Amino acid sequence: MHSEVPPDSSREAAGDPADGRPAARGGVAVAPPPERPRPEVRPGVPTRRLVLAFFLPPSLTPEAVKYDRRYRALDKYRFVAWFTLLPLAFYLLLVAWPFVQAFYYSMTDWSGYGTEFTFIGFDNYVRLWSDSQFWDATRNSLVLLVFAPVITLALGLFFAYMLNAGGRHRRNETVSGVFGSKFYKIVYFFPQVLSVAIIAVIWARAFSPRSGVVNPLLENVGLGALTQNDWLGKYGLWVTLLVLCWSFVGFYVVLFSASMGSIPKEIYEASLLDGANRSTTFFRITFPLTWDAIRTGWIYMGIQALDAFAIVSIMIPRQGIDVLPTFLYLKAFRDGQAAYATAVGVVLFLITLTFALLMMRVGRRDRIEF
Amino acid sequence: MSTTDTADRAEDGELRPERPAPAEPAPSGGHVKEEGGVLNVFAHSFLVLWTVMAAAPLLWIVVSAFKTSAEVLSDPFGLPSGLHWANFANAWAEANIGRYALNSLIILSGSLTGTMLLGSMAAYVIARYTFRGNRALHLLFIGGLMFPIFLALVPLFFMLQNLGLLNTRPGLILVYIAYSLPFTIFFLTAFFRTLPSGVHEAAIVDGASHTRTFWQIMMPMAKPGLISIGIFNFLGQWNQFVLPRVLNVGSRDDYVLPQGLAALMVQMGYEGDWGALYAGLTVAMLPVLVVYVTFQRQVQAGLTAGALK
Repeated sequence: MHSEVPPDSSREAAGDPADGRPAARGGVAVAPPPERPRPEVRPGVPTRRLVLAFFLPPSLTPEAVKYDRRYRALDKYRFVAWFTLLPLAFYLLLVAWPFVQAFYYSMTDWSGYGTEFTFIGFDNYVRLWSDSQFWDATRNSLVLLVFAPVITLALGLFFAYMLNAGGRHRRNETVSGVFGSKFYKIVYFFPQVLSVAIIAVIWARAFSPRSGVVNPLLENVGLGALTQNDWLGKYGLWVTLLVLCWSFVGFYVVLFSASMGSIPKEIYEASLLDGANRSTTFFRITFPLTWDAIRTGWIYMGIQALDAFAIVSIMIPRQGIDVLPTFLYLKAFRDGQAAYATAVGVVLFLITLTFALLMMRVGRRDRIEF
Repeated sequence: MSTTDTADRAEDGELRPERPAPAEPAPSGGHVKEEGGVLNVFAHSFLVLWTVMAAAPLLWIVVSAFKTSAEVLSDPFGLPSGLHWANFANAWAEANIGRYALNSLIILSGSLTGTMLLGSMAAYVIARYTFRGNRALHLLFIGGLMFPIFLALVPLFFMLQNLGLLNTRPGLILVYIAYSLPFTIFFLTAFFRTLPSGVHEAAIVDGASHTRTFWQIMMPMAKPGLISIGIFNFLGQWNQFVLPRVLNVGSRDDYVLPQGLAALMVQMGYEGDWGALYAGLTVAMLPVLVVYVTFQRQVQAGLTAGALK
């Protein structure tokens, strides 16, 4: 039934018949399967007391109950119930239920202020269809969704390969990492440990036309013609893309490095003996063998790109671009259109889901075990 | 970096003659060797370039934190004329960085404990007990990973309002715990399943209760996994921006650190006191970086652990 769940060892160890399933191993029937205990044959303590014991900790359970043959099963289910109760309650109340509610709210005309609202079916979605602001936000989110993973993963893969195989040939080593690869990894990972709020503030300042560093930097390298008076307003989307990629490249360098490090050296040795050069080695060996990590990373980065809430809402001035999450936020908490905002949330969910399913389907290959 | 580079090359040149090719494949040995050298320089220059890209913005902030406001405006690139410590005093006193950090710490002490406790309890039961609905329970928790948090934002806001938990610390703590559970349970379930069952069985035979087995046998055995996911949750909750932005909008004194920094940028923009903003960013940034560099192996493992599964 649950093939991936390891067999409950308590039952196996004690050979407990309460579960009704024989604890046979390897198909050898040791004994005929014990029958399910029938309370009317051997009552032990009254069932009422057993039910009561379900709500008591083991130390407070009366001895008489402990000697009942149904106690072991009770003990197990009591443990399972008590340990899952609190996590489940939190999760259902604060995560699952709001998600369910969101779908319902998206079909009402609720403003968010009172408790009065009526069911209006798909009117919110019809309104979205003709809302140009919504389409702008969607377009921006989709641009990020397409470009951010490609750029970030390409850079991450490139740097990871350089770190792991870019080094000089040393004796007894077929591939070797560059000198100081650990140092590079530490520095590349910096943006990942910083709060996204800090990152957004830093880049907002860097792109500031007067006291920022981007304009003077462009002038210093002779690209003065590219300086802008309004980076964040005019090119907000591309700056957002840049910041998003900048902050995640280090994560993928570390992730792909770990993945590449687990590829056995013998494979590289064999390919080198066959005369493969570095680029062949990369495309024929490293890339396919890290494919699983790449695909997972692609989905993860896509989800990050569809978020981008903190970067856009801190860095971009109010008259600048919106992405779907910031559009949702403004509709819900500034414009008092709570139901309309949840409809945006549903659209965002559908985009996320489509993207994830697409990636899982497109990228599916046979898993290579090594 | 340039010194290492030249040192590297010198070493390369010195080594090259005395490398016949015992380990090198005979036919293409010379070719590969050449390529290796070129690639090495090539690799290093790109790697150094990105090192600058990753570290320079942070360095710029730290250096600028010592500038007067006039210097920030007139010479954003240059070095400060002197160490202008007043910025730090301003950031601490006016901008309340200390207060925001304290708020973050208080909330985190509750939410991280709760997340780890509840997450490991549920994950343990799911991973190691067979009972009806085990699989459904697992899928229910993992399913939470598929939904963008923005979908739940509006209903969550009004639910907390109705419960009287909006703009309160307990409210934020509960929400942090609940939204950290799916990934924590996903990760820890996989981890608990990899642990050997022999020790567990021995404990049961010796008469340990389920609870005692969990605390004294399984939790110590799961320590590496707990550390990984603990670091992951710590950074995730410490840097959380969306949830406090929506659910913690009461008094400015109650802001958590990321909120405070975003507000500080707006405030310092009005006052034109950029030096204080940079000082505030430095104060918020440096402790995290110091802790990260100290425990970098664990942090990197913790943050990338989930994606490797």
